[in-house]
Amino acid sequence: MTSTFLDNLYVFVLAGFIGFEVIRRVSPLLHTPLMSLTNALDAIVVVAAILITGRHESTLSTVLGAVAIAAAFSNMVGGFLITDRMLRMFKLSRTKKP
Amino acid sequence: MNPLAAQQLIDFAYLIAVVLFILALKWLSSPASARHGVLAGEIGAALAVVATLCNYEIIEYKWIVVALVVGAIVGIPLGMVHMTAVPQRTALSHAFGALAAAMIGIAEYYVRLPHVTKFDMVEISLEVIIGSLTFTGSLIAAGKLQEILPQRPITYKGQNFVSLSVLAAAVLVALWLIVHPEYSRLFPVMVGISLVFGVLLVTPIGGADMPTVISLLNSYAGLSAALLGFVLNNKVLVVAGALDGSSGFILSVIMCKAMNRSFTNVMFGAFGQVQVSAGAEKEERTVRSASAEEAAAILGAANTVVIVPGYGMAVAQAQHKVRELYDALSKRGVDVKFGIHPVAGRMPGHMNVLLAEADIPYDKLMDMDTINPEFPQTDVALVIGANDVTNPAARTDQGSPIYGMPILDVDKARTVMVIKRSMSPGFAGIDNPLYYLDKTLMLFGDAKAFVGDIVRELAGGGHA
Repeated sequence: MTSTFLDNLYVFVLAGFIGFEVIRRVSPLLHTPLMSLTNALDAIVVVAAILITGRHESTLSTVLGAVAIAAAFSNMVGGFLITDRMLRMFKLSRTKKP
Repeated sequence: MNPLAAQQLIDFAYLIAVVLFILALKWLSSPASARHGVLAGEIGAALAVVATLCNYEIIEYKWIVVALVVGAIVGIPLGMVHMTAVPQRTALSHAFGALAAAMIGIAEYYVRLPHVTKFDMVEISLEVIIGSLTFTGSLIAAGKLQEILPQRPITYKGQNFVSLSVLAAAVLVALWLIVHPEYSRLFPVMVGISLVFGVLLVTPIGGADMPTVISLLNSYAGLSAALLGFVLNNKVLVVAGALDGSSGFILSVIMCKAMNRSFTNVMFGAFGQVQVSAGAEKEERTVRSASAEEAAAILGAANTVVIVPGYGMAVAQAQHKVRELYDALSKRGVDVKFGIHPVAGRMPGHMNVLLAEADIPYDKLMDMDTINPEFPQTDVALVIGANDVTNPAARTDQGSPIYGMPILDVDKARTVMVIKRSMSPGFAGIDNPLYYLDKTLMLFGDAKAFVGDIVRELAGGGHA
C-alpha cells in the first residue's frame, strides 16, 4: 500500500515538473485553448468511471459511475472540439491579405 | 489472452496516452503546431478509452454505452458555443470534471466499504472534499460569468470566519472518518459540507477577479483527478491531473501577477468594495473629446497605431468592426498592432481568441511585455473598452488601489484615443488620470458604432 503510494507520488511529482516546464512555454496567445485542452485531457478520469460502472458491483456504484462517465466524456468531446475550433482561428497575416 | 497479459497491454496503452498528452501540451507552445497538439491529445484519449473498454473486469456494458452517448450529446453543443461564452463554458467544464472525480471517489468508498483502511480514507476524503468544493465553486463561477448570478462581490460581515469554519468542519468530519472509516453515515455529511464550502468560496469573488478564480478552479479540478489516480492506483490519472493542476496553477500565478494581488487577497479580499473611498477629492478637470471624423483623420495620418482592447470591446460585440478598422488602416500603410493585457477578457487569453475569431492575424497580437517598449514610438494608442489596465496611476500614485499593477503604457504614445460610453469610472470604480491628459482624446459612444463610424470616415475620406 505504502509502496504504491510512493510510486504514484514519484509519477505525480515528475509529471508536475514536466507540466510546469512545458506549460511555461505556452504562448500567452493560447492561454484559453491551453485551459480547454488541459480540461479535455483531464477528462481521462472517464477511464476510471468506465471501470467502476462496468464492474457493476452495486446499484449505487453503477449509477455514480454512469454519471461520472457522462460528465467526463462531455468534457472530453466538448474540450477537444472547442480547442480545435479556437486554434483554427489563429492565422498569420501573410496567409490572409485583404 | 490471459488476464495478466491483457492488463499489461492496457497499461502500455495508458503509457502511450500519457506521452501523447505531454506532446499535446508541448505543441501548444506555438500557434503553428498547436493543432497537432489537439490531434495528439485526441489520439491519446481515444487509445486510453478503447483500452479501458477491453478490460476483462467489465461485465456490463449497457450503462457505459448509455452514459457515453449522453456525454457526447451534452459535450458537442458545449464544444460549439460562441467565443464570448468560452469563459462560462470553461467554468462549467471544471464543474463537470470535478463532479466526475468526486462521484468516482464516492462510489469507490462504498464499494470498498467494509475494508477501507485508514490510509485509503486519507486519500479518498481529500479527493472527495476537493472534487466537491470545485464542483459547486465552478458552478457559481459559471453562473457569474453567464450573468445569472450578480457579478458584484457578495459579502457580509464575518464572511471569512463563516467560510473557514465550514471548511474546518469538513476537515474535522474527514479526520473522524479517517480514524473510523466504517462510520459510513458521516461520509455524506463530509460531501455535503464540502459542497457548501465551494459555494461560500466563490460567491464573494467579483467579476473582475474571474480570470484568477477560473484558473484556480482549473488547478483544483486537476488536483482532484490526480488524487483519484492515487486512490485507484491509476498512473494515467495521476499524470493528466498533475498536468492540468500545474497548468491551472501557472495561469493563476500569471493572473495574480498581472493584477498585483496575492492568492489570499483574491480569495478573501472581496475586491471592489474598498474603492469607494479612493479618489475622494473630485476637482473639475477637463477632457478633450473628438468626433469620428477627427479620429479618422488622426488615425489615417499615423504611421503606427496600437489598439488596446478590453472586455468592453467584446461586450459591445465590436471585434468585427475593429477588424474592419484594422483592414482600412493597413490598406493605407499604417502599421497596426494590438496590445493585450494578461487580464483583458474574462479568462486567461480570452481577448486573443476574440480577436483571432474576428480574423485578426495573431502576429499582430502583442503581449504586455512586448508592446510596452514600443509605446514611445507609437503615433496613436486607441483604447477600446479597457480602463484599469491603462491607468497610469498604477505606476505613479501610491495611494491608488491598483498601485503596482502592471499596465499598458498607452500614456507614452504621442496621441491617446479612448472610446468610452461616458466618464463614469470602470468596473473597480477607480478614476483614470489618463483621460485628463492633454494628449488624450475621448471618443464618447458605443464601441461598435464608433469604430464603424471611423471606418466609414476612412473609406469616404477620398484618400487613396
